[in-house]
Amino acid sequence: MSTISINLISGRTIQQGASMEGGKDTEKYMKACGIIEIDDSDFKRLDIMKNTNVKVKSEFGEVVVKAIEATQGPHPGVAFIPMGPWANSVTSPETYSTGMPTFKGVPITIEPAEKERVLTSIELVREKCRGDE
Amino acid sequence: MTKTITDVICPFCGTLCDDLIVTTDDEGKKIVDVENACAIGAEKFISASNHQHRKTRPRKLQEDGSFKEITYDEAVEYTAQMLVNAKKPSMYGWSSTSCEAQSVGHEIAELCGALVDNTAAVCHGTTLVAVQNVGIPSCTLGEVKNRADRIIFWGCNPAHAHPRHMSRYSIFPRGYFTGKGQKQRKIIVVDPRPTDTAGIADVHLQVEQGYDYELLQALRAAVRGQEISGDIVAGVPKEKVYEAAEMLKSGRFGVIFFGMGVTQSLGKDHNIDAAIMLTSDLNNYTKFSIIAMRGHYNVTGSGQVLGWQFGFPYSVDLSRGFARYNPGETGTIEVLKRKEIDAMFVLGSDPGAHFPMQCVKEISRLPSVAVDPHITPTTEICKVHVPVAFVGVEVGGNCYRMDNVPIEARKVVEPPEGMMTDTEFLKAVLKRVKELRAD
Repeated sequence: MSTISINLISGRTIQQGASMEGGKDTEKYMKACGIIEIDDSDFKRLDIMKNTNVKVKSEFGEVVVKAIEATQGPHPGVAFIPMGPWANSVTSPETYSTGMPTFKGVPITIEPAEKERVLTSIELVREKCRGDE
Repeated sequence: MTKTITDVICPFCGTLCDDLIVTTDDEGKKIVDVENACAIGAEKFISASNHQHRKTRPRKLQEDGSFKEITYDEAVEYTAQMLVNAKKPSMYGWSSTSCEAQSVGHEIAELCGALVDNTAAVCHGTTLVAVQNVGIPSCTLGEVKNRADRIIFWGCNPAHAHPRHMSRYSIFPRGYFTGKGQKQRKIIVVDPRPTDTAGIADVHLQVEQGYDYELLQALRAAVRGQEISGDIVAGVPKEKVYEAAEMLKSGRFGVIFFGMGVTQSLGKDHNIDAAIMLTSDLNNYTKFSIIAMRGHYNVTGSGQVLGWQFGFPYSVDLSRGFARYNPGETGTIEVLKRKEIDAMFVLGSDPGAHFPMQCVKEISRLPSVAVDPHITPTTEICKVHVPVAFVGVEVGGNCYRMDNVPIEARKVVEPPEGMMTDTEFLKAVLKRVKELRAD
């Protein structure tokens, strides 16, 4: 098992939208958004099975999500996390004086974290803000 | 006997579908069926009607991290005191509510010297900057349906984000001059991923992520018949760029729809500048328009109301007693990063889920109020959560579609007993703010 470097983008998926309207405190929302979509070749580079938990790190933070095979791929060199607090744990707040954070195009590393748990959205923001998971 | 309500407006995305059919129980309290809506819109109506999962009274965060129920009067008092006592409060959100509520909120902001900002801050804010830079040749979605035979989706994925956009307006519908529907239209998708939208396109330009500006300028050159240097531009072979340019020029009426792929990637407003200039260039050969794929159902309305009240569409700073606007300075992300505000009021948005975590942490540190029908990451980190009725489901109100067409949202069911609407809550806060200011 190894660590890989890749370019992260985030965005909407219909599962993210529907589960968000169903309630962001639900497990369904976590299953829709607490994921990272990567190509088959990236799984080989990581040397892990599909649907394994991974730790995603950037210079702005880190988060544990489940790695799944790209649903809208292949997209070599690009990883995708649906918009939400998981993506925003690692996304870039840099706006280059436009007011707009750089939600797309964040250099990240992915490493296997099979034993770590994906938090729900509420647990995640509480842990990040208050440290009381 | 169930009741059927037709022509219901969907309060989810900027497409603002106006053909939903909602069936309620005989008391008009529970929604039993939703027809014509997409998966997300249907979920919104059904989930709103499931009162078991909703909070129906305001809650205040306690020292131990738990919440204690408080009355609406107490929530009004906390909010008014917070806004009046703050030196520079932020009033953020406004995109999932009606224009009427926005207008009341702006009056409070003016009295309290607040920053008023909507979700364009993390969505199409850079588009609004670009429109001020170079203007915008645009049209309505009705014109798209009836006339457009060339469609570009640039950095947007309506199959997931605006699920009925393609069937109602842009790809499939048969219009007055587009009687053959999809067969008459050529579709180009520009996206770094082969998205589900790209799957139904005639041409997919798989642009290298972050290189939209280069591809847009190359396309402009190709449209003008100029030579493109290099064989590959932004990950796309130059032959495909020429092919796309010819396809666009040969149409009778074209539209560029664009989304977060260009507004949030590096280049930001300059990407949109280039997209608008491409539209302008194409008008030398045929008729072309450009429309932003707005996300929240009334983010466009927030821009409109702010525009006609203060002259600027978002990131308006009223702290000096007059309206200032400079998104790189007065944007909510910027002021949170600089730790410049001392109170946060959120309505009709969820920055807790959709802001970078550095900004979320800052919100959790501040005196804060979140007005939202749902439990969200924002309501969980704010000091007071005020649940309100769903606009477009439990209360009507004016909304603006992504093409700036105003549409009146309708009420279909009663909210849980004793719940306030956001307009009622804001009016109560405004009244109290005026009393406190008079003292």
